[in-house]
Amino acid sequence: MLAAIGVDSVEELFDQIPGPLRLGRPLDLPAGMSEAEVYERLTALAERNADAEKQVCFLGAGMYDHYVPAIVDAITSRSEFLTPYTPYQPEISQGGLQVMFEFQTAMSELTGLPVSNAGLYEGPSSVASAGYLAMGATKRAKFVVSRGVHPHSRETLRTYSVGYGAEVVEVGLAGGVTDAAALAAAVDEETAAVILQSPNFLGAVEDVEALGAAAQEHGALLVVACDPMTLGILKPPGECGADIALGEGQPLGNRLDFGGPSFGFFCATEAQIRRMPGRIAGETEDVDGRRGFVLALQTREQHIRREKATNNICTAQALNALGAMVHLAWLGREGFRELGELLVRRTAYARERLAAVEGVELLHDAPVVREFAVRLDAPVERVLDRVAERGIAAGYPLGREYEEFEDGLLVAITERRTREQIDALAEALEAAIAGERGEKLSHSDSRAPRGATEGAVA
Amino acid sequence: MQRERATTIYEKSKSGRRAAVIAAAGVPETPISELIPANLLRDEPPNLPEVAEPEIVRHYNRLSRRNFDLDSGFYPLGSCTMKHNPRLNERVAALPGHARLHPAQDPRRAQGALELMYLLQASLAEICGLPSVSLQPSAGSHGELAGLLLTRAFHADRGEVRTKVLAPDTSHGTNPASVTMAGYEVVKVATNERGGVEMDDLRAKIAADPDQIACLMLTNPNTLGLFDENIEEIAALIHAAGGTLYYDGANLNAIMGQTRPGDMGFDIVHLNLHKSFSQPHGGGGPGAGPIAVSERIEPFLPRPQVVRREGSGGHGASFDLDFERPKSIGRLRGFQGNFGVFVRSYAYILSLGADGLAEASETAVLNANYLKARLAEGCAGERLPVAFDRHCMHEFVLSGRPLKNELGLATLDLAKRLLDFGFHPPTVYFPLLVDEALMVEPTETETKESLDAFADAIEEILAEAETDPEIARNAPYSTPVRRLDEVRATRKPVVRQTLA
Repeated sequence: MLAAIGVDSVEELFDQIPGPLRLGRPLDLPAGMSEAEVYERLTALAERNADAEKQVCFLGAGMYDHYVPAIVDAITSRSEFLTPYTPYQPEISQGGLQVMFEFQTAMSELTGLPVSNAGLYEGPSSVASAGYLAMGATKRAKFVVSRGVHPHSRETLRTYSVGYGAEVVEVGLAGGVTDAAALAAAVDEETAAVILQSPNFLGAVEDVEALGAAAQEHGALLVVACDPMTLGILKPPGECGADIALGEGQPLGNRLDFGGPSFGFFCATEAQIRRMPGRIAGETEDVDGRRGFVLALQTREQHIRREKATNNICTAQALNALGAMVHLAWLGREGFRELGELLVRRTAYARERLAAVEGVELLHDAPVVREFAVRLDAPVERVLDRVAERGIAAGYPLGREYEEFEDGLLVAITERRTREQIDALAEALEAAIAGERGEKLSHSDSRAPRGATEGAVA
Repeated sequence: MQRERATTIYEKSKSGRRAAVIAAAGVPETPISELIPANLLRDEPPNLPEVAEPEIVRHYNRLSRRNFDLDSGFYPLGSCTMKHNPRLNERVAALPGHARLHPAQDPRRAQGALELMYLLQASLAEICGLPSVSLQPSAGSHGELAGLLLTRAFHADRGEVRTKVLAPDTSHGTNPASVTMAGYEVVKVATNERGGVEMDDLRAKIAADPDQIACLMLTNPNTLGLFDENIEEIAALIHAAGGTLYYDGANLNAIMGQTRPGDMGFDIVHLNLHKSFSQPHGGGGPGAGPIAVSERIEPFLPRPQVVRREGSGGHGASFDLDFERPKSIGRLRGFQGNFGVFVRSYAYILSLGADGLAEASETAVLNANYLKARLAEGCAGERLPVAFDRHCMHEFVLSGRPLKNELGLATLDLAKRLLDFGFHPPTVYFPLLVDEALMVEPTETETKESLDAFADAIEEILAEAETDPEIARNAPYSTPVRRLDEVRATRKPVVRQTLA
């Protein structure tokens, strides 16, 4: 090979790098390892994580421990789906392109909006992309965002807004849902988009239709983030006046993976089709009149339009979207609805069961589908530690993101969480709260005569 | 590949068929309308296909056979680094400790995951020659946006507002798209006769408005596969003007263990874990685009950052998510990034080690130069001359201009004819400054035999075109569909199936 190139060594090929810039030493990394050694090393790391097989997981907050059917792994691990690049050569990428087309059809059905793209990175950055679209569509630069929108989405939107030059105004919650009066007051003629989430971060189902009127009145776009798993039950955003419906796709056919990779879905009205971010597959024909699929509307995209592109994104999280499509086909029309109903009923049971525990009360009583918030009459992080000792991850401490809910706990239910596990959670919370109270009591009474303390605990 | 007519999963749907069995709730079967007000409920379930499991399996297996993939053959797609995806990586990513770990798990109970992220950060920092890494960006273009927001924050912290970002005319399309999204204006820099940055043009563009230059975005080796020998001077010019130097890491596969962006003077680097670090491309994602930065950029990195806390009182070191970063640009996405990708890329780095990474780059460069030499022979050398005739790094660019002028055959025709020969074509019509461009990146994965077979196929296609160019002009013939009407798909887009 060197002779064909006309050099004496591979080293000569690197002569184009100026000498002082050559590293001139090995990288300071360990030597290579055998496959078995790498496996052992990574298994040892994995063992140190309290995953949902080691702990009963009531954590949600945007990603959920659903059962991913075996058929999803079987199909997504096929090398024909796993190893190709983006379908730039449609004649040899019909499989992937058709999956995108089917996925777009399914997401349109779920959200009630006619246009879907083939997927974005994940949920929160999809919200930021919606903001960018809304700025282009309205020539305005202000977003009115409910505090019910996922804190990561709000923060991501703010990060992006510093770049594209937009203002983010937050509207608070009342009774667990967006404060309608405050929202109406915040929206004006400068507002590019009103951004809501339903169910919101506290699990409450928002009245999107009523809240969205403020957007329509002032010519702003209505953007609704939603949990796809709830759309077998809830009225789709497209029927509530949404211009854009988007969200985190993980609940559909994707593993938890400590937060990624998953995908974001992004659906919109026909009016926005030429402003959409990301890849979109379209149906067409070949020269013989044979049905086929291609990447449509590529003139929106960075590889054609460069600085005038509607977004800089090139990835579609195609493999993750395939997982979602297979999961949806596996659930099917009836199964998807039944699963939604199961979530509503088990969640209702869990909410009632937990609310009956001494030291637990509901944070709000708005309707919920699969997640709800409670207040604990004991320090939340300490209660979580005690419950963890029983092998249960009780939920997400709301104080991490909401100073107004320092005592809040967000509990998520999936079809994997059985009645017995819910009962065990209730018992563990009861014991943990009692334990914390007892400890507090014994601390505060530590100067009192010993007999008095014993009497108080008894 | 199959030539049967495409049928969608929806067209296989028959009312009443199903795959999933949903468990009994095991709790009171309260009517849903008593739990959620009727005005918030949907009237009809969404129209999802009704198909039994065997038909779902057959359907998607059939679709899979209508895809060409890296495991089926040579995939010399320039700038995309289609290297082998070791299956070990899939196995370790699927371990329950990784795959079923909730992202909101308390960091004290996710120590293995955080340590893995910390070790990956450290490995990437060493490869880049820069002190700090954030794994958060989800892809290369996300890393670019991060880099520009970091630049903005860096300048704002010094009380400066700058408006312009320089990028060569050979840059990836994502560069200018990211510049606009980050609220900057793109200023194009010309390319010189050696394929590098035209220094006089760069000097002139900087001198025209030095206080407004925020950043120069560069790929090195660039999209022509050529290393810019003037990089030290370029870095000095940009830094003297007060700008940052951004490294688009799409071409990192050429330089691992050979030279480092940090040593060249770059402030911010993004890495495509799905290119150099073997994450499968998945037909268009997922990937990950971590960024490595210099000390002066570090305070602005996205939050949270994975940190190591030294132990005390008999406890060992531990790992944590650090949110207390007052100068941070904030989040770019939810949770901690594409962890599943991190597992695969860390497994890849462990497998190859220091020597293996350096050898991968050497082999990638050797393969590219060999294939370039093979294509300089015979018809190819005449009809498809290399755009810049010098040793290349990991990829090279040919111009199909003579082929077009002399035989009336476009680069697109050649690409489509390659499909009939069982090859994925190179990247076509990019970079824009080369007429009828073909950008070829063989990667270290390929053997001499597969490179020879590709060169032979090109030669055969060109020989065939000498006598009958119509064959290539109407290609492909053997694929599931032939040339598709892409114009119609944009003029009258049909982006979903209309369901009854």
